[in-house]
Amino acid sequence: MDWAYIESVLPLYGKAAWLTLRTGTAGILLAALTGLLCAAAIHWRIPVLRKITAAYVELSRNTPLLVQLFFIYYGLPKIGIKTDPEACGIIGLAFLGGGYMTEAFRSGVEAVDRIQEESALSLGLTRFQTFLHVILPQAAAISAPAFMANVIFLMKETSVFSAVSLMDLMFTAKDQIGLYYRTTESLFLLVGAYLLILLPLSLLGTFWERRLRHAGFGT
Amino acid sequence: MPDLGLEVLWKGKNFVRLLGGLWVALRISLIAAGISVVLGILLGVAASRKRSVSSVVLRVWLGIIHIMPQMVLLFLMYFGTTRLFSWNLSGEVAAVIVFSLWGTAEMGDLVRGAVSSIPAIQRESAEALGLKPAQVYRWIILPQAVRRLIPQSINLITRMIKTTSLVTLIGVVEILKVAQQIIEANRKASPNAAFGVYLAIFVMYYLACRPLSLAAKKLEKHWR
Repeated sequence: MDWAYIESVLPLYGKAAWLTLRTGTAGILLAALTGLLCAAAIHWRIPVLRKITAAYVELSRNTPLLVQLFFIYYGLPKIGIKTDPEACGIIGLAFLGGGYMTEAFRSGVEAVDRIQEESALSLGLTRFQTFLHVILPQAAAISAPAFMANVIFLMKETSVFSAVSLMDLMFTAKDQIGLYYRTTESLFLLVGAYLLILLPLSLLGTFWERRLRHAGFGT
Repeated sequence: MPDLGLEVLWKGKNFVRLLGGLWVALRISLIAAGISVVLGILLGVAASRKRSVSSVVLRVWLGIIHIMPQMVLLFLMYFGTTRLFSWNLSGEVAAVIVFSLWGTAEMGDLVRGAVSSIPAIQRESAEALGLKPAQVYRWIILPQAVRRLIPQSINLITRMIKTTSLVTLIGVVEILKVAQQIIEANRKASPNAAFGVYLAIFVMYYLACRPLSLAAKKLEKHWR
């Protein structure tokens, strides 16, 4: 292991890790938003939208992110929809993640007992109040573990971004291996950087899950 | 109607070549899935006993697999071990090894979960009736565990199929690579080939995975 070399490329990996973190976070936030909207469309049985949403969820969950990215990055420009690599990565991650997030939120809302909604309505709360104050807090607690698992899964999925020429961690490592044959050092840095990103996320997930288990709301 | 570059698919042997590429990816996942199911069952049954060595092994193994992206594991196998042990590994073999390591851990965890989900009274009753440990497994535990296990393992295989698309990034000539070749070769005649070809791949993956995930969902409901 050549430590002088490692020190010299550290800024390079720092930049790449920042890119992974940045695009990953943006994609995950967009995915969560998409998931919320889709879950709402399914929950409230909004006529046409519900069908479209269901089809979208199946499509996004049954295709690999890499194929989605290739289609967005190389295919869509041919019909006039151009994206730069970073936007493509974020949109791809949001497209994939949206489907998984929808499932997480939907199962949370579905798991709340019907009697909760009926009781709230009979107490005179409006539909909106019922959702906001009664259903949502309980559903959120139930969805949290799946949500957190999705966040970690999606952050890991960013590792294919190099395929659409984003200079992320994989790209940098492959570049260094190809250019200078620094295999050992590159892989060491690669694993280190991903651990640095994913380990705190995973620990946070475990911690949060444990906290929420106390919020069982009588279930 | 804009030019969607779909005509490329029907030119010459392009469509068959794409299917061939898909088969390369599917073959990797099916071989890895086969290995994972066999080894995963062995590991999972062994790990279902609390405080056994195998349960610790499984937990550590699973932790490593869960924290690292598949892509990194592929790189470690493809670039790392070849450097470390100076052997030669084709991308395809590296992929089979990585996916088997991944699948065995996941499958092991599923089996462990399914086996330990069965109430202790089932085992105790069977033992009280005079069944030997092997018989308890064969006739009492496994038939019940399998119901939980089959939908989950189908989902695992679906995930594996989706993940094999990554092997193109370590140089395996599978469907995405074939697509690039086709698009490159037809650049003059149909400049919009990229749209049609990548759309076709999108649909192919969907058609490969959707029936599996649908079956898993149906079985899960059926056996609940």
